[in-house]
Amino acid sequence: MNTHAMLASTRPDFAAIAAWIPQNASVLDLGCGDGSLLQYLKTERNVRGYGVEISDAGIVTCIQNGVNVIQNDLDSGLKDFESNSFDYVILSQTLQATRHTEPLIQEILRVGREGIVSFPNFGYWKNRVDVLFGNMPISKELPYQWYDTPNVHLCTFHDFEELCSKLNVQILERRVMTGTDEVHLLPNLLGSMAVYKFQRGV
Amino acid sequence: MVDSVGVVSAQRAQFDTALQFKSGAVLPRYELVYETYGTLNADKSNAILICHALSGHHHVAGFYADAPKNIGWWDNMVGPGKPIDTDKFYVVGLNNLGGCHGSTGPISINPETGKPFGSSFPVITVEDWVESQARLADRLGIQQFAAVIGGSLGGMQALQWSLAYPERVRHVLAIASAPRLTAQNIAFNDVARNAILTDPDFHGGDYYAHGVVPTRGLRLARMLGHITYLSDDAMADKFGRELRAEKFNYGFEIEFEIESYLRYQGDKFAAYFDANTYLLMTKALDYFDPAHDCAGDLNKAFARARADYLVVSFTTDWRFSPERSREIVRPLLHNRRNVSYAEITSTHGHDSFLMPHPHYFEVMQAYLNNVHRECAA
Repeated sequence: MNTHAMLASTRPDFAAIAAWIPQNASVLDLGCGDGSLLQYLKTERNVRGYGVEISDAGIVTCIQNGVNVIQNDLDSGLKDFESNSFDYVILSQTLQATRHTEPLIQEILRVGREGIVSFPNFGYWKNRVDVLFGNMPISKELPYQWYDTPNVHLCTFHDFEELCSKLNVQILERRVMTGTDEVHLLPNLLGSMAVYKFQRGV
Repeated sequence: MVDSVGVVSAQRAQFDTALQFKSGAVLPRYELVYETYGTLNADKSNAILICHALSGHHHVAGFYADAPKNIGWWDNMVGPGKPIDTDKFYVVGLNNLGGCHGSTGPISINPETGKPFGSSFPVITVEDWVESQARLADRLGIQQFAAVIGGSLGGMQALQWSLAYPERVRHVLAIASAPRLTAQNIAFNDVARNAILTDPDFHGGDYYAHGVVPTRGLRLARMLGHITYLSDDAMADKFGRELRAEKFNYGFEIEFEIESYLRYQGDKFAAYFDANTYLLMTKALDYFDPAHDCAGDLNKAFARARADYLVVSFTTDWRFSPERSREIVRPLLHNRRNVSYAEITSTHGHDSFLMPHPHYFEVMQAYLNNVHRECAA
C-alpha cells in the first residue's frame, strides 16, 4: 500500500474530499494539522493550496512536508484571506473544536466559492448508547475524555443541517460514512462521520 | 566549538562603478566588507545572503583568529548543523553601505576631499543597499541566491531583493520584519535621531573634525531603541523594580536596576557605533515602502515577486509586531506566492529574532532543509 492509499484508509474523509475537488483547484485547508490532506490533494489533484494551523508542531510538520501554512487561530476569523480567493475552503474534523462556529461557516463562504466540512456525528448510535448508559462517548472519531478534549461544539448531522438552513447555506452534497464504508440507511443513526459540500444559498 | 564555523576573516570588495542612490545622489566608488562561510557548490545554487539589521554587520558567524571572543552576531543560527547550515550553504554576510564596520560610510575618508564623508554621505535606502548587494553577488559569481534572509531591517532588504531582482532569489526569509513602518515606529526613530541631532557634539554630522562624538545623543538613541526591542514581561522578569541599593535615595542618580542596565547598554553601544550611521539606518527603515510607487497598494507592489517566502514573527515583539508580519503575508497570498507564516511564542520582544529558541530554530531548519533539497536536485 502506498502512503496515499494508507492515508485514505486512516482518514476516509480525505478520499471523499478529494473526490469532490477537481484538478488544479485552489484550496484553503483550515486546521490543516500536519498538512497531510493538502499533500494528498497536491498529489491526487495538483491543487494550489494553503493550510491554516494553530499548533507549533503542525507548523513545523507542514513546512517539512513542503505545505504552505499560515499560523492562525481559526476563532479569530480568516482576515488574512480575501473574499472569493479560493475554489474550496475545507474544514476537516475541526468544526467541533471551533469556538465561534457560526461566524466561521460564514467566513468559509466569504473566502471560498464552496465549503467542505467533515465532522464526527454525535448522533451515531454507538455514541447514543454510551450516553444512554451514562457516559460521554469515546471512540476513534471522538478519542478524548470529556475533561480533556478540544471538542466544544459536538453536533449531529441534523444539528449541522439545521444551522446551514439558518445561515442560508445551501448543502450541495453529503457523504456519510462509518469507517471507510459509505452509509445510506438512517445516516444520522448509522453514520459515524460525514463530509458536506456547501455554498452560499441563493 | 564543534558547531562553529571557526576562524573567519573579513574580505573587501572594491567597486569603481558609480552607484546612483534613490535620492539622486551618486557615490562614484565604494567598498563593501563581507564574510563568507561554507562552500559555493559547482552550479552556484546554494548561496544564502544574510542582510543585517540596524546595528549589525558582516561578522555573522565564527570568530577571528586574533580575537576569539569576537563571535558573529548570528552565530547561534549560522554554522555547521545549525538552521543556516554552513555544511550545506554558502553564506554571505556583509556590512551595508553607510555602515560603520568597514564598508564605505560616513566615517570613511571621501577621496575627493581627503576628509570623512560625515554629513555629506548620501541618505541611503533599502533599495540602494540591495543594488550594492547585487553587485557584490555579481563579484562572487552568484547569479541567484537560494535564499536571502534577514531580521527586522534585514527582512526589509530580503523582501526588496525579491522585488528588485525577482529572478535572482528563490526564497525570502523575513523575520520580525514589516513591509513598511507604522507612524509609531517612525516616531521612535525620530526621537532617536533627535537625540543625536541635538547633541552639541554633533556639529551637523561633521564631528570627526572636532575630535568629538555625540555620545550623549547616541546613547539616548540606543536606550530608547533598547526599550522597544524588549517586551514589558521580559523587562519585568529581568529587572522588575529591583534597586541597586537597599532603599530609595530620593535623587536622580541610577537607582533601579533597569536604569543601570539601559545606561550600560547605551554606553557600550555609543563606544563603538557611529552616530551618522545610526541616523542613516533609521532613515532607511522609515523610507522603506515597496508600495510607495503603487499608490500604497502592497498587492500591486508584490505582483512582480517570484520567490517563495517564510515569514516569522514573535508574539511579544511590539516594535515589529506579528500584525506587521501579517501585512507581508497578505499581499503574498493575494499574489498566490508560496508562503508560510510562523508566529513564535517568545518572551523576548523584538530581540527574539536573535535568540536561540527551539521552535523558532526548528521552523528555520525545516524550511531551509527544503531549500537545500532544491539546490541538490
